[in-house]
Amino acid sequence: MKLITAIIKPFKADDVREALSALGISGMTLTEVKGFGRQKGHTELYRGAEYVIDFLPKAKLEIAVANDLVEQVVDAICKAAGTGKIGDGKIFVADLDQVIRIRTGETGNDAL
Amino acid sequence: MRTRKTACHFFIALAAMLLPSLALAQDDLNGANTAWILTSTALVLFMTLPGLSLFYGGLVRTKNVLSVLMQCFSIAVVISILWLLVGYSIAFGPSESAYWGGLSRALFAGIDLDSMSGDIPETVFAAFQMTFAIITPALIVGAFVERIKFSAMLLFCTLWTLFVYFPVANWVWGGGWLGQMGLIDFAGGTVVHVTAGVAALVTAMILGPRKGFLSAATLPHNLTMSFTGAAMLWVGWFGFNAGSALAADGAAGMALFVTHISASVGALTWIAIEWLKYGKPSGLGAITGMVAGLATITPASGSVGPAGALLVGLSGGVICYYATAYLKQGLKIDDSLDVFPVHGVGGIVGTFLAGILVSADLGIFSGNGLAEGATIGSQVGVQVTGIIATGVYTALLTVVLLKVVAALTGGLRVDEEQEQQGLDISDHDEKGYSM
Repeated sequence: MKLITAIIKPFKADDVREALSALGISGMTLTEVKGFGRQKGHTELYRGAEYVIDFLPKAKLEIAVANDLVEQVVDAICKAAGTGKIGDGKIFVADLDQVIRIRTGETGNDAL
Repeated sequence: MRTRKTACHFFIALAAMLLPSLALAQDDLNGANTAWILTSTALVLFMTLPGLSLFYGGLVRTKNVLSVLMQCFSIAVVISILWLLVGYSIAFGPSESAYWGGLSRALFAGIDLDSMSGDIPETVFAAFQMTFAIITPALIVGAFVERIKFSAMLLFCTLWTLFVYFPVANWVWGGGWLGQMGLIDFAGGTVVHVTAGVAALVTAMILGPRKGFLSAATLPHNLTMSFTGAAMLWVGWFGFNAGSALAADGAAGMALFVTHISASVGALTWIAIEWLKYGKPSGLGAITGMVAGLATITPASGSVGPAGALLVGLSGGVICYYATAYLKQGLKIDDSLDVFPVHGVGGIVGTFLAGILVSADLGIFSGNGLAEGATIGSQVGVQVTGIIATGVYTALLTVVLLKVVAALTGGLRVDEEQEQQGLDISDHDEKGYSM
């Protein structure tokens, strides 16, 4: 099993959710986060003075998936979240040791 | 506070202020006027609670929001009591002195149900004036937010109102020397905005900047709150300016209308400047321009006409905009919420312009007319004297009082760790938001 963490543009979150549902992904966690990469920050205007804001709002999606789905999920996120412009985000894939469904006690792929 | 179309009106008003119970005991109570001043009293208190509190509260960071609300609220509480104790007497008592009203009205001595001030009950006049005494020190809050100790804040604002606001209110409105000179200050250009603005500037310089000043670290946390508060200020200002006619009459109607126009022009001016300069108009800019327009029209609201109000709002908007930028970016003074460049500068510009636009010889831009014997030149001279006198007196007293308060409270500022943590926790042991 893998844990896929995708940092994406917030306005693309719904598109990504739909694309993943189409693949049969039945659960995910969305968090509003702030960060920056190559896009750097932006400026904001307060009473006639511009301020540089380093951290931009982003959406963080966390999805636990079975190994055989990893490639499709990553492709789907890239397609749905991509705009071709700087700041589209990143996807991290990490090994996942165990998953437990609290209600039933099921573990591993059964709990996904 | 009072329009003085003629010398005759002026002396009647002066006599009314000096001898409220004697000269006016025979006046019949005017129900309409009384009702309007009662309403205005509520409107002006509403400017501080919650208008100004929300406006300021939104402009600070999450960790300091409650401290700002507490500062404004506790000032209202303490100054109300101080007003009863000695404030009303010092500002509007019947003494012969041209510098203060004496202490004969302390604790409202001699004021009862039947006491009159003009054709309204003296209690109504006193309550209306009290709301001005509340908002003036509350305006200064914007200069020292996010770093002053609560104890130092409360002591300073109390002493400042006692030694600066009450006497200056007497000089201009209570029969004192500036009023006798014929200074035009209908609703508080000098008494409220110059004093609060200058005190804010001095306090900001002595206190020093916040950690992270001029970086994104100190940006507003909730402009929705600031918009709400600013809108309340606009509405409340109708009581501030139109109430200062002390009657439900044409002067009140004109004051209300010119106030509204100046607020609109001030806001539009900031929208236009930011749009041209940065490509986008900001919401905070719009509401700040509105406050600048309101502060600027305040002294002039009893003397200018509707077309004159356009000029007042435009001047206030443009000058306050560049003053704000210069003070922060140029001089690097952390008058955190721009009290001096908006209120102080607005008050100065408005008091100055009132001396010109009061004239009845300016065509469509004419005002209500100069006092008999006065010329634009002589009136402007009086206006400048009023601005300098109130400004210099405020600056000197503010420095002295800050030194005294610092000695009594062991320093004006919280320490660096508390500033980092935020005043909500360090001064009040609570948080504005639990989310």
